[in-house]
Amino acid sequence: MIPKFASEAPRKLANFGIGAPVAANAFDRLRSIVLSVFLIVVLTLPAFAGAFDDAVAKFANDEFSDTEEAIGMVASSGNPLAFPIISALHDDRLSADPDTKKVYITQQDGKIIDAATGTPVAKLPDNAASVRLNNRLRRSVEAALGSLTLLSPDPAKRIAAAQTVFKSHEESALPVVEGALAKETNNAVKAAFAEARAAILLNKSGTSDADRLEAIATIKARGDQEALALLTDLSDQSPLVAKAAATAVSSIQSRLAIWSAVQNAWYGLSLGSVLLLAAIGLAITFGVMGVINMAHGEMVMLGAYTTFVVQDIIRTSFPGLFDYSLFIAVPLAFLVAGAIGVLIERTIIRFLYGRPLETLLATWGISLVLQQAVRTAFGPTNREVGNPSWMSGAFELGQITITYNRLWILCFTLAVFAILLAMLRYTALGLEMRAVTQNRRMAASMGIATSRVDALTFGLGSGIAGIAGVALSQIDNVSPNLGQSYIIDSFMVVVFGGVGNLWGTLVGAFTLGIANKFLEPVAGAVLAKIAILVLIILFIQKRPRGLFALKGRAVEA
Amino acid sequence: MDVRATSALLYLDGVHVSFDGFHAINNLSLTLEPGEMRAIIGPNGAGKTTMMDIITGKTKPDEGTVLFDGVTDLTRLDETRIAELGIGRKFQKPTVFESQSVEDNLLLALNVDHSVKGTLFWRGGKAEAERIERVLETIRLKDARRRLAESLSHGQKQWLEIGMLLAQDPKLLLVDEPVAGMTDVETHQTAELLKEINKEKTVMVVEHDMTFVRELGVKVTCLHEGTVLAEGTIDQVSANERVVEVYLGR
Amino acid sequence: MPHVLTRSLDRGTTLFVILVAACGVLIPLSNLLLPTGSMLQVPTYLVALFGKYACYAVLALSIDLIWGYCGILSLGHGAFFALGGYAMGMYLMRQIGSRGVYGNPVLPDFMVFLNYPKLPWYWHGFDMFWFAALMVVVVPGLLAFCFGWLAFRSRVTGVYLSIITQAMTYALLLAFFRNDFGFGGNNGLTDFKDILGFNVQAEGTRAALFALSCLAIIVAFLTCRAVVTSKLGKVLIAVRDAESRTRFLGYRVESYKLFVFTLSACMAGVAGALYVPQVGIINPSEFAPANSIEAVIWVAVGGRGTLIGAAIGAVVVNYAKTYFTSGPLAPYWLFMLGALFILVTLLLPKGIVGTFNPWSERWKADRLTANSESAAAEDGVSEPRLAE
Repeated sequence: MIPKFASEAPRKLANFGIGAPVAANAFDRLRSIVLSVFLIVVLTLPAFAGAFDDAVAKFANDEFSDTEEAIGMVASSGNPLAFPIISALHDDRLSADPDTKKVYITQQDGKIIDAATGTPVAKLPDNAASVRLNNRLRRSVEAALGSLTLLSPDPAKRIAAAQTVFKSHEESALPVVEGALAKETNNAVKAAFAEARAAILLNKSGTSDADRLEAIATIKARGDQEALALLTDLSDQSPLVAKAAATAVSSIQSRLAIWSAVQNAWYGLSLGSVLLLAAIGLAITFGVMGVINMAHGEMVMLGAYTTFVVQDIIRTSFPGLFDYSLFIAVPLAFLVAGAIGVLIERTIIRFLYGRPLETLLATWGISLVLQQAVRTAFGPTNREVGNPSWMSGAFELGQITITYNRLWILCFTLAVFAILLAMLRYTALGLEMRAVTQNRRMAASMGIATSRVDALTFGLGSGIAGIAGVALSQIDNVSPNLGQSYIIDSFMVVVFGGVGNLWGTLVGAFTLGIANKFLEPVAGAVLAKIAILVLIILFIQKRPRGLFALKGRAVEA
Repeated sequence: MDVRATSALLYLDGVHVSFDGFHAINNLSLTLEPGEMRAIIGPNGAGKTTMMDIITGKTKPDEGTVLFDGVTDLTRLDETRIAELGIGRKFQKPTVFESQSVEDNLLLALNVDHSVKGTLFWRGGKAEAERIERVLETIRLKDARRRLAESLSHGQKQWLEIGMLLAQDPKLLLVDEPVAGMTDVETHQTAELLKEINKEKTVMVVEHDMTFVRELGVKVTCLHEGTVLAEGTIDQVSANERVVEVYLGR
Repeated sequence: MPHVLTRSLDRGTTLFVILVAACGVLIPLSNLLLPTGSMLQVPTYLVALFGKYACYAVLALSIDLIWGYCGILSLGHGAFFALGGYAMGMYLMRQIGSRGVYGNPVLPDFMVFLNYPKLPWYWHGFDMFWFAALMVVVVPGLLAFCFGWLAFRSRVTGVYLSIITQAMTYALLLAFFRNDFGFGGNNGLTDFKDILGFNVQAEGTRAALFALSCLAIIVAFLTCRAVVTSKLGKVLIAVRDAESRTRFLGYRVESYKLFVFTLSACMAGVAGALYVPQVGIINPSEFAPANSIEAVIWVAVGGRGTLIGAAIGAVVVNYAKTYFTSGPLAPYWLFMLGALFILVTLLLPKGIVGTFNPWSERWKADRLTANSESAAAEDGVSEPRLAE
């Protein structure tokens, strides 16, 4: 559970790092659009003289009221220069000469044009001062900008603009919105425009009750946080409308509550899959051999470092294979961690059977050695493990966002679980393992080489931990401490689920994951984590053998 | 029937216990009169040890009555409480405190104050020393009193455990396979010892060794699949067709 | 109970007590009376270091009492140590008074910094030494009592108990890292000025604290000794070797476990309380599960079930840690510590004292193995099994 908190924050930071260039790109594109609009403007200019000129000239009066009027007039003028003017005003690039009443735009490349005509100007007059704004005006500017981008050729931009209008529900944008709505052919954009229009109508004074009710219906259909905010903020409405709004609010709220529950459940499943992945290997070594392997987390870490090495080699030698790096890393991680597991079992653990507490201490020592070995070999800092393209990104499902890496890890975990179950049930080794688990002495006298089964079991458990490391390298920092953050959680899962029962481990992992995520919004991440630990401690008092413990003589023999 | 139930020292009726669908004890009814010695026989898995687990509180039955002294419901008490009531148990595998001396083993078994405070401030008294002395004599370990229990032979450990039962001074002794791994001479001595003990106490012995059971010469109960198959003298039980069938297979 | 204290004070025990007492007297005297730089003068930094070791020795004794004699392997004893430390740290914080950076006479600096309007209720009383000293014992004791009451009553034993004690200290670690928990968040409590009116940095105070720590070792040692040589000690060993058998003899095993577990936690609390003024800081990292498990290895190295061994183990391992982590071998310390865990459990299960000291308690690891196996079989705690 903790690894999740620990891992999410740095990931998010990393996303911001990637996010910045994306935004910059979008800005460049916006600028090119602005420029092309501007070119059109220059060509078609004379047709719009007159009212537009007067409106522009009002910017030069240095009166807030005039500026506001000018913003409204320019924005609704339909003049192609309107967008450059308003955005210049927004960015403090609009200046006016109070004497000549001429208004100038300083373009982003530093060139200056006349705002009313679009003709280039050599330099600003000496007494030109930039047009001042106050906070109220700034809001009008933003609303006006929003309504202006409603006409952008890019559907995504139009939707974004419609959202802005929806939030500001500035009356002045209504004509533009309605005009845009009439012309719009794209269904998604059309819906966004309709919502924006509804938002404006709802807040505009003088709208008929019938229109308001219709608007409420539209907004209710949208059903997200913003719709909720809009409907909650309504005041001074006729009882009919107020009632409709209240119903809509409660319906949206219950829908949002369901979505947030779905979201929590998804996070919980995701966390549960991580826990399960980390705990399965432990469930096997603990379940079959009764061995407490405190170095289990380090096996996970070794798997993650194997992934790092594989990706490193691919990056330097075979860059084209990067998307397949995980497919190469999974078997390798299994072999590396598994081989080390067998080695540990043969050299240390087999001398400690029947002394669980000593095994615990010895394996803790092993974990220290492995950590330090990795620290010596790879350095103490985080190593970069990348997501292949098919694991990056996210998609929307209703009101929630699902990232591909989490989704794939969930699928991967379930696949590993299923393979393991099948292996235990259908292979010779699985049969031998079950036999040894049920009655070691009997199995030995039936001719099963129990020590070989022990070694292979330990290797299998460690190998699965290694595989878990490959998956966890995709969502967590790969550092020598990686394993430490999982070990306590893994034990909690195994103990909670019931030792010696893989289904118990499955149920345990998902229960703890979901419980944790449902507690988080209530208690906060750390308190949720503490609460879960306390609950498990209490639970063990009630059922010392876990959720799915075996009963009776079978356990006692 | 009702009168017998109240007069019995141990009374089991309709006891039922199952582990994950396996019926270990099935409608088991059994009574033990005060002062009686009873031998319990039965093939592996007949439920002998589980029955002892139920009497001593280790396993809780799913249903049924278990009464001690006609009044105390044993199913509601834990091991400690049941031991305090006066039921002592010797395990199938000799279980003594191996890293402590023979004397200390007996000292631990004495039925004196077993509370934390009592043991923390305990000071040995003459009466206690005498009791230990007597037990040591009975189990013939006087010379081994300072030896660690782990250094005893298998037979001696069996005896030490019986000695611990004596020191515990219970009303009812449950003795699980006391002669497993003993020589013929030791087996004979153990039979004598149990008969001696039976003069004062009620005893229930679980044993496979038929010679030993015959030597005890007491009433025998044969268990099979968790229920009473036959009851009577050893000759009656051995002659019982179903018992023969169970032991020899069909 | 003088008879308990004098009972079976054999040669090894007497020698140990005399040795610790001599250290407790001679080291402070040499530090204070001999001129600095003299051959025989113990420098102040060493006094502080030895004082730290002495506190660790008390912690090790407390672990040995429950692990060596009752078979309870606690992987969360660092939590009791840290709680005792925090109780003392709270007293020391309150003693700073208006000498803090913010000069607030009541609120410690971190509370002013975090905009606490007033002192949280659980900080009241810690301005009085007697109250803090009481809390040093009561808080860890109470936690151990509640935890143990739940765990022992439902018969959580062996590795299960070890794992949940580890979870306990981990939960506390997370809690104490939180700023709004009211214990200074991850910076913990530090910048102490004085204790009972004496400057904590002064040589005299340090020497006195060292002497007190040595006294604590002796008192803890004699207490443990009294417990384990009483009849109760025999019951504890019986529980360790065959818990279920002990129960069938009519002993209420959970009460015995609860008693020693609580006693042991109180001792650990005292160790932590003496530790804090000597190192000058207490922060949540003291709750880290790794600390607790490291303390267990001190006991294993010295020899569990020997008491003297636990104290010796704590000093030896920590001396090695100081020696290696301050030299060029620092990067290899974790290799050594790890190897120590492995080698001691594999090759030296009786520990130093158990192996080499002829006066030691009888500790037959191999025998115990056989025992715990049979006991496990009786208890139904043998190897868990895997079914699908």
